[in-house]
Amino acid sequence: MRLKTDVLQGTLALLVLKTLVRGPMHGYGITLHIQMLSKEVLRVEEGSLYPALHRMAQDGWIKAEWGVSDNNRRARFYSLTPTGRKQLAEEEKSWARLTQAVASVLQHA
Amino acid sequence: MSWLSRLRHTFRSGKLDDELDEELRSHLEMRVADNINAGMAPVEARLDARKRFGNTSLVKEDARERDIIGWLETVAGDLRYATRVLRKNPGFAVTAVLTLALGIGVNTAFFSVVNGVLLNPLPYPHPEQLVALDESKPNFTNGSISYANFFDWQKDNHSFSSMAISRGYGFTLTGRGDAEQLDAKLISSDYFVVLGANPVIGRTFATGEDKIGAAPIVLIGEGFWKRKFEASPNVLGKSVTLDGKNYTIVGVISEAVDLYRNAHPTDLYAPIGQWSNPLLPNRDAGLGIHGVGRLKSGVSIEQARADMEGVTANLAAIYPDADRGIGANLTPFRRALLGDIQPILLVLLGAVGFVLLIACFNVASLMLARSTNRTREFAVRVALGAGRSRLTRQILTESILLSVIGGSLGLLLAQWITRATLRMLPTEIPRAADIRLDSHVLIFTAAISLLAGILFGLAPALKSSELFLSETLKESGRGSSGTRHRAQSVFVVIEMAMALVLLIGAGLMARTLSRLWDIQPGFDAHNVLTFSISMPPSVSDASAATIRAAFRNVHEKFASVPGVQALSASWGSIPLTRYDDEQLFWLDNQPKPSSENEMNWALSYVVEPDYLKTMRIPVARGRFFTDGDNENSRHVVVVDEVFARKFFGNEDPLGRHITLQQGEIKAEIVGIVPHVKQWGLDSDEAQQLRAELYVPFMQLPDGAMKLAPAGTTIVARSDGSDPTLFDSLRRVNKSMSDEQVIYGAQTMEEIVSASLSPRRFSMVLLGVFAALALTLSSVGIYGVISYLVGQRTHEIGVRIALGARRWDVLNLILSQGAKLTLLGIVIGVAASLGLTKLMAGMLYGVSASDPLTFIGVAIVLSVVAMGACYIPTRRAMRVDPLVALRCE
Repeated sequence: MRLKTDVLQGTLALLVLKTLVRGPMHGYGITLHIQMLSKEVLRVEEGSLYPALHRMAQDGWIKAEWGVSDNNRRARFYSLTPTGRKQLAEEEKSWARLTQAVASVLQHA
Repeated sequence: MSWLSRLRHTFRSGKLDDELDEELRSHLEMRVADNINAGMAPVEARLDARKRFGNTSLVKEDARERDIIGWLETVAGDLRYATRVLRKNPGFAVTAVLTLALGIGVNTAFFSVVNGVLLNPLPYPHPEQLVALDESKPNFTNGSISYANFFDWQKDNHSFSSMAISRGYGFTLTGRGDAEQLDAKLISSDYFVVLGANPVIGRTFATGEDKIGAAPIVLIGEGFWKRKFEASPNVLGKSVTLDGKNYTIVGVISEAVDLYRNAHPTDLYAPIGQWSNPLLPNRDAGLGIHGVGRLKSGVSIEQARADMEGVTANLAAIYPDADRGIGANLTPFRRALLGDIQPILLVLLGAVGFVLLIACFNVASLMLARSTNRTREFAVRVALGAGRSRLTRQILTESILLSVIGGSLGLLLAQWITRATLRMLPTEIPRAADIRLDSHVLIFTAAISLLAGILFGLAPALKSSELFLSETLKESGRGSSGTRHRAQSVFVVIEMAMALVLLIGAGLMARTLSRLWDIQPGFDAHNVLTFSISMPPSVSDASAATIRAAFRNVHEKFASVPGVQALSASWGSIPLTRYDDEQLFWLDNQPKPSSENEMNWALSYVVEPDYLKTMRIPVARGRFFTDGDNENSRHVVVVDEVFARKFFGNEDPLGRHITLQQGEIKAEIVGIVPHVKQWGLDSDEAQQLRAELYVPFMQLPDGAMKLAPAGTTIVARSDGSDPTLFDSLRRVNKSMSDEQVIYGAQTMEEIVSASLSPRRFSMVLLGVFAALALTLSSVGIYGVISYLVGQRTHEIGVRIALGARRWDVLNLILSQGAKLTLLGIVIGVAASLGLTKLMAGMLYGVSASDPLTFIGVAIVLSVVAMGACYIPTRRAMRVDPLVALRCE
């Protein structure tokens, strides 16, 4: 999906943060995970993922480390920082609020 | 990511790139692997993975932007690029850098003068509270304050926290090596309190130590301390023998407070009460003493003026004889010190600024000319995604790089120029010792380098960013060189206008100086030597008769030195120097006036009979003095023509008598001589006090005679046979006595020349600036016409092929140059008519809009400009139509 607006960009961050709750993961792994859990609906393209990852690293929500992947390949693994965990909780709350609001509008409009 | 890591990444961006590369690559490989596992063929798998990745460059760039300090990296990149560009065009780079170095160097040098003299704060605390004090008298607005009046002023005023007086003086030092003459100041006790200066060691004078009869103590200057005492701290309590008397040293004063220490450093400060002048206690004496005061905080100078009016009015009521009509003159200290030279320095600063502007315009023209060749380069960059601001930034980086290099070179140049300027400075300029390349000057240089770079980079930068891509990418694009050419023409016209203004300024000054030099001072200044003599203590403390005998002896001995044609002692005024002396008198048909204010004033020259022969002043009527006019014969005087006209109108002064106040001597007028310009070659006419009176030296009353040994001047005419006449005289002097000193030798020519020195300084500087401006503008117009010829080679080829003669081509090109020159001259003349009014105060004998100078300079500029066009014009005439037409 081509993420253009702020809301959707924030959504990507939320998805990534939630993914990393499970533990450290490299970029490709994050893509696969989101793809799988959303049943192929959400396909994150690399052109959008990496800028987002870098942005989140800049903001201090995740940190990156070099490691070795399952098939013995060198890859950069991202993990949640304590700030990131707090941010995740916030993001989940705002997402819940947002969806509630949209649902209310759709119900009564 | 923190700032620190950003900074780190900026300098190791290579590593950053590699890491990102690796990460993306591993991601790609993983997807490829998965694709293959899902069943795709390897090639397809890779293709699909790559497609999904999209534009990796953008990803990388995005990441980079976040991870480094973006602009720093672009600046570094720009600089590297700019350096490469300049290295590829050494001719352009060298020309530009040299031009800028010249412009910036000259400006830095002159700014260091302005900085040291005008901008630097005075070396005293709260200098705005300092006020220069003088007495205002009928003939003098800035007249001398009398010793007695000063103490009353000090006591009675309410607006000054402290007040002091001072007078220059020369002491003869004996007992420490050869007898030597020292520059000293006689000061009142509070002098350094007013200035707020603390002694280096020891103390300053206490209240009461400046009274007549107090103990002989002295403060020495830092320079003298280093010179004679090797800066030893044990100097306190030691004594020096000055004019035969022993003075105890009580302190050392720093040289920072000595504003004229460059030209004449002060060696000593003595209490003014120590002056052995018998006239000192006289309330009405005018002895060359001037004052300075520090206002109480919160008191304005107007309030102080009103206060002093009351004080002086009070004194006039108590002492009507001495003080009637005497007021106090208050001038802010800074204005008194710098008021005369400030306008001159500012005019010169403006002039030197023009030179820099011309240099900038030249470099801008050069850059514009070059940018024609770079249109393709810029077009490619634009196509690759560079924004307009990016291009502008690139060009500005180039221009700032040029100007910074030029500025650094200019700084080196400025050191050398400043040294040369200091040697030429007129001695009247105070604070010359503070002129150096200090931090202010360095900041100034950096600032104008940057500004210059931005200034001359702006035009080409703006021009380059207006590109018509399609046109310039074509092979045979003529491009939008039209607008470029117009900008260059504008620059050249402005340059020539500015050069014209400077040339006119220099020309006017040159004419002023030649006019001044032509003025007859009233005497023949060639081959006349002047020096001062200080008699040994055995003479200065003796009777008047002994003193007269001593002077006769000196005259005889000196006059017999081979090479001396004529010689005379001279006491009182010396023409064209700051030494003037006056006598008060009344005429024979007047009763003795009750107060000094009713007496008449005249400039006084107390001389020996050979004075006229020495100065080659003719006798107009009657006779001059002879040896027979001495202390035993009846008193005579000689007057000048101004005196005769002023006091006797059409009547014949010969045979009439005047009574001199000094000694109440009645003397007969026996001769009339022509007027001598005492006050200045050009300023004498405007002065109030011009009447001149000559008194025979030996007929000085005994009281005055006793002062003569301290500092009488001797004027001597040499016949030119001895080039080191003063040394010969010195040897003869030493043979007379070890304690007799002759010093301060100056030729009369030097004195006349020194009186013109401020003007000459301006003229030389303006001349140098004008020459620089002319050179730079010629280079400018040469460049523009060259460029024009280059651009129109094709067209010229066509014209010649179609039958135009070489002459027509010459006309075509030269008329372009002529048009620019004419326009430049017209604008320059218009500007000059306005600007030269600023220099009107410095001119003499020429008006600020002197047509001869204007026309002459315009002709010079045209000739030089046309000369500069000559080479490119010849090139145009030699264009081979076949060659020109072939290369498209």
